[in-house]
Amino acid sequence: MNGELVIETQDLTKVYGEQVAVDHLNLKIYQGEVFGFLGPNGAGKTTTLLMLLGLSEPTSGKARVCGFDPTREPLKIKRIVGYLPENVGFYDDLNAQQNLLYISRLNGIPDEVAVEKIKELLKIVDLEVDPRKKLGEYSRGMRQRLGIAEVLLKDPQVVFLDEPTLGLDPDGSRQMLELIRSLSQEKKITVFFSSHLLDQVQKISTRVGIMIKGQMVAIGKIEDLAKEKFGIGQEKYTLEEVYMKYFQEGVS
Amino acid sequence: MKGILTICRKELADHFSSTRFILLFYLILMVSLVTAFMVGSGLRDELKDVAKPTFVFLMLFTSPGKLFSLIQFIAIFGPLMGIILGFDAINRERSARTLSKLVSQPIYRDAIINGKFLAGLVTIIVLLLAIILMISGLGLLLIGVVPGPEEIMRLFIYFVISVFYIAFWLGISILFSVAFRSMATSALAAIACWIFFSFFVAMGASVLADVISPIDPTRAANNPELIIDHEQTRKIISLFSPMTLYSEATTIILDPLRKTTQSLLLMGPMERLSISRFQNPLPLSESIYIVFPHLISLFAITLVCFAISYASFLRQEVRST
Repeated sequence: MNGELVIETQDLTKVYGEQVAVDHLNLKIYQGEVFGFLGPNGAGKTTTLLMLLGLSEPTSGKARVCGFDPTREPLKIKRIVGYLPENVGFYDDLNAQQNLLYISRLNGIPDEVAVEKIKELLKIVDLEVDPRKKLGEYSRGMRQRLGIAEVLLKDPQVVFLDEPTLGLDPDGSRQMLELIRSLSQEKKITVFFSSHLLDQVQKISTRVGIMIKGQMVAIGKIEDLAKEKFGIGQEKYTLEEVYMKYFQEGVS
Repeated sequence: MKGILTICRKELADHFSSTRFILLFYLILMVSLVTAFMVGSGLRDELKDVAKPTFVFLMLFTSPGKLFSLIQFIAIFGPLMGIILGFDAINRERSARTLSKLVSQPIYRDAIINGKFLAGLVTIIVLLLAIILMISGLGLLLIGVVPGPEEIMRLFIYFVISVFYIAFWLGISILFSVAFRSMATSALAAIACWIFFSFFVAMGASVLADVISPIDPTRAANNPELIIDHEQTRKIISLFSPMTLYSEATTIILDPLRKTTQSLLLMGPMERLSISRFQNPLPLSESIYIVFPHLISLFAITLVCFAISYASFLRQEVRST
């Protein structure tokens, strides 16, 4: 593992009332990694993302993203970190360019620069847009691609993708994964993404983390995790088998 | 600051292109045309054979004509304008799932709510200015009097008070849009508030006054202080209604001959004959002196309202779902 440390957390904890959403999370992610963040619904994945972005205040513990503290300097982080929320929303009465232009203005990008950039990004995510078409008419897959374009608008160093392939057809999600992989390989962007589709995660992640009930029960390369659970004897393994093993142990 | 302006610009574009704004615009256009025409033609008949009274121009806004005057209209329906502009400010973003995206951009979180409030304020200013100018213009055509400098000053103060009055309701509706996730709930809550404060407080004031300082009929005959007490209690309670605050303040400002602060709402043309009028108009400074507490209260409740929504928005958790 080389490269700079991009994300680091120390005993990061978030408590909602009685419920512990994230429990003493320790995490280190390096530049250029594609980190797959796994776990059942309600395990605390989104909460972790929100805390790393400074959108939610940790109850205790520390986090650092690109050297900045999310609670103290959220704006510095938001300038270089792109976040694609689960089921990203757009302004339905504007067209694709107008939607992106609004976000680029919020990022302080001058309009002349932004217009060119938007054109380029729409090409990268392979989205042909008809300026007369409002976002309300877009399909799920088109919205998701537009979401990626929007995240890339600010030239991020890190992107957080929450369920980027949710609701996409097989071909759509394959293309999305290709795109994510190329981001990390060509642009050296660190990708931190959560997903439930384990075979897809296996295809593109350099490392995975499995979170259950707020605790990170496993973290590492898929083959290392498999070795730990199944021994070296087993040649063939899938992330699904590994995950289910951890999941059953974690829940029981 | 840049974030606020960007948001404000987007919101303004939204306001001016939305269907409800177009509806609102036609409503306002119609009302100002109708009031100006009614009042203008009514005044022309009234003024035919009498010596020209002072401040004729201001009567364009205060004289009820055949139906209602502009200040009555704004007192009653101004809140609706504010509510329409603000009731879905935050929860629309929430339900469209754009809020979590917006807060992850490099802007301060308060820029979102400030920008939205500012955009609403600008819209209110544009609308009100349009109405006032339209009525003035039509009035000039119909009765042919030119406003003097003092009249313009008074009109300007009236304009400022009205902006604050409507901005108060904008603040209330933005507050509800932060507090309630559903747009229908926040709209209904804001309208309920409007009805309560505008109509029920005025009615409830006399009922409450009866309870707090009752008039005992056996003692009231030789004890007029009881009646004064009762009346004062009623007045204080009715001042809890922003509509009362507003209509009292604007009436004093626009009608310098009035002796009471009572609103024009319940008064017809008979009021003009009653004893509640001065022989000579109050100077502008005196009028301002009388309505100053009203102004401060309106300003204060607007600020409080906005401050509450500001604070609760900043504290709210942002979840994508």
